[in-house]
Amino acid sequence: MDAAAEQKYDYGVVRWFTVMAVVYLVVGALVGVYIASELAWPFLNFDTPYITFGRLRPLHTNAVIFAFGGCTLMATAFYTVQRTCATRLWSNKLAWFTFIGWNLIILSAVITLPLGINQTKEYAELEWPIDIAIAVVWLSYMFNFIMTVHNRKTSHIYVSNWFFLGMMVMITYLHVVNSLAIPVGMFKSYSIFSGVQDAMIQWWWGHNAVGFYLTAGFLGIMYYYVPKQAGRPIYSYRLSVIHFWALMFGYVWLGAHHLQYTALPDWTGSLGAAVSLAMIIPSWGGAVNGMMTLSGAWDKLRTDYVLRFLIMSLAFYAMSTFEGPVMSIKTVNALSHYTDWTVGHVHSGALGWVAMIAIGSIYHMMVRVFHVQLWSEKLVNVHFWTATIGTVVYIVAMWVSGIMQGLMWRAYDEYGTLAYTFAESVEAMHPYYAMRAVGGMIFLAGSVLMLFNILMTVVKASSEGSVQRARTATATA
Amino acid sequence: MSSNSESGRFQSWMERNVFALFVGLAIALSVGGIVEIVPLFYLKSTMEHNQYPELVWQRQQGQTLADHKPGDGMRPFSALELAGRDVYQREGCYLCHSQMIRPFRDEKERYGHYSLASESMYDHPFQWGSKRTGPDIARLGGKYSDDWHRKHLRAPRSVVPESVMPNYPWLKDNLVDGAQIQANMTGLQMIGVPYTDADIAEAPGLVRGKTEEDAMVAYLQVLGTMAKLDEDKVYRE
Repeated sequence: MDAAAEQKYDYGVVRWFTVMAVVYLVVGALVGVYIASELAWPFLNFDTPYITFGRLRPLHTNAVIFAFGGCTLMATAFYTVQRTCATRLWSNKLAWFTFIGWNLIILSAVITLPLGINQTKEYAELEWPIDIAIAVVWLSYMFNFIMTVHNRKTSHIYVSNWFFLGMMVMITYLHVVNSLAIPVGMFKSYSIFSGVQDAMIQWWWGHNAVGFYLTAGFLGIMYYYVPKQAGRPIYSYRLSVIHFWALMFGYVWLGAHHLQYTALPDWTGSLGAAVSLAMIIPSWGGAVNGMMTLSGAWDKLRTDYVLRFLIMSLAFYAMSTFEGPVMSIKTVNALSHYTDWTVGHVHSGALGWVAMIAIGSIYHMMVRVFHVQLWSEKLVNVHFWTATIGTVVYIVAMWVSGIMQGLMWRAYDEYGTLAYTFAESVEAMHPYYAMRAVGGMIFLAGSVLMLFNILMTVVKASSEGSVQRARTATATA
Repeated sequence: MSSNSESGRFQSWMERNVFALFVGLAIALSVGGIVEIVPLFYLKSTMEHNQYPELVWQRQQGQTLADHKPGDGMRPFSALELAGRDVYQREGCYLCHSQMIRPFRDEKERYGHYSLASESMYDHPFQWGSKRTGPDIARLGGKYSDDWHRKHLRAPRSVVPESVMPNYPWLKDNLVDGAQIQANMTGLQMIGVPYTDADIAEAPGLVRGKTEEDAMVAYLQVLGTMAKLDEDKVYRE
């Protein structure tokens, strides 16, 4: 029990964001498993509009990115900024506004997306009234964060906070520009951009939702939680400065690689691809910096299950940030684009990197903000293995199906005609779609275990009154 | 960063002043987007119809959208087609079907001529898609009969046994809302789609009694048929 910290910092809002993140992890993964199953067994659409693949897929992506990812980012940023700045939040009330607002936005997504109310832009599907709410709540988050950093008692701003701030600024740009639309009713609007310009703006958003929301923000998490959990200082300050600025400046350019060989002018796609290749260096800079933090303490992996999540996430991060630039090379992209390979790549990042580091950081925070040991340490280890195996099964299925699709579409027979109809390629995907659904189920099972463990930990904390005791105890700082 | 170098001092300053860091980031983060996006709005070479004006329909005074013949060039969607497109958006079709043919031999044989930027000039938002769980449909128009499309929308596996597409039986039961279509066209007109006031005025009459399935079929049948592309012309380098 750390009474000093409980009394010195605003942990209440962190506790709620942390628990809700786990709830949304389960919801997002559940919807994901369901839509994966729909592709393997289409009868699961049940001729019901609200649960068809086309309506649930945006719900899946919004749930995992903005509900799970968002709550994780808000929990960790509010926790980290206080700990590293040795000061409480600039405004605890505003943080609660962010919490309530963000969760209402999530609720509105859960209602509107199955109803088919969407802007038809990937990862930015929510309609204009919700977009406005997102902007307001997001700015409340950023403003509170900046003012808290400003109030800090430490001399320098810690590296985690640079990454969090970079993410907040960039997401503001992206969200505002990409969501510009003309409302034609309460629940319908059209993007003010059309065709090729809209495509470029969408993928500038689309790739940077990944590059900033899911990478820069989570690198912020990495820079705090890996050294804390390992009990070692970060490997290299110099490396962190270089890869930070390279990532901030460079990642923004990558969106164009989603549009190679399309009607986007060649210069734009090629520019995007060239910068993408260069981004291997700063990405690996981050991965190496995190991994090397463990040098001399690798033995901790044998006993510390939370650390396992953090380190495995860095391995997946290194893997998928190598895979990404490879896929942006034109000749590879010609094969991989439009196929399941892309879906697999996204999930090696989303399950392997984002979810694993989030899970590790959540377990780390649970102990510290609820002032109890986890209900079960053993379950963390079981979760670690289910998450890892589920992720690997998923991405292997998508590698095989993606590359097979790409090759079947371009295959010619001895007479110089196309060897396969499109329908034949769909049929060939069935075993891999089933395998992907199974991988997802394994991952989901781990998430359910986590939710159970977390809820039991909360129950334990409340029956022991640990939070209350920490609040009232005489701090022995 | 050693703090005695110029860049080291700059870094150190930003690490001690969150507002300086904020401004530094705001600048660094804006460059890539500006360089890649802004030129697309003014470089003439972006849109092929700047070089080949016949790609866009030259509408004469008093002509209605119904006077357009396939191949006359790009025009705004008719009221019924737009209603179909709204259904296409609502059902999330873009998540499994692309509308963007790449300039490869196999795609040409499977789907047709590669897509041009000018062909989606009135598409708010763009519908290029990012995944082909189903085939590309940029040039679907005219390939199958209306009747085939209706069967396929209601029960895809009745005509394509391998398909994993959901059934859309409710489209035939829902009527298109004329007032909504009118509002939609007015909105699109405001952001530059060349609908005339007459187009908007006659819209409710044109969709009266039509189902969402009728609208969807109209939309699918117009895809890729508006402009006629010439095999001998090089539209893109």
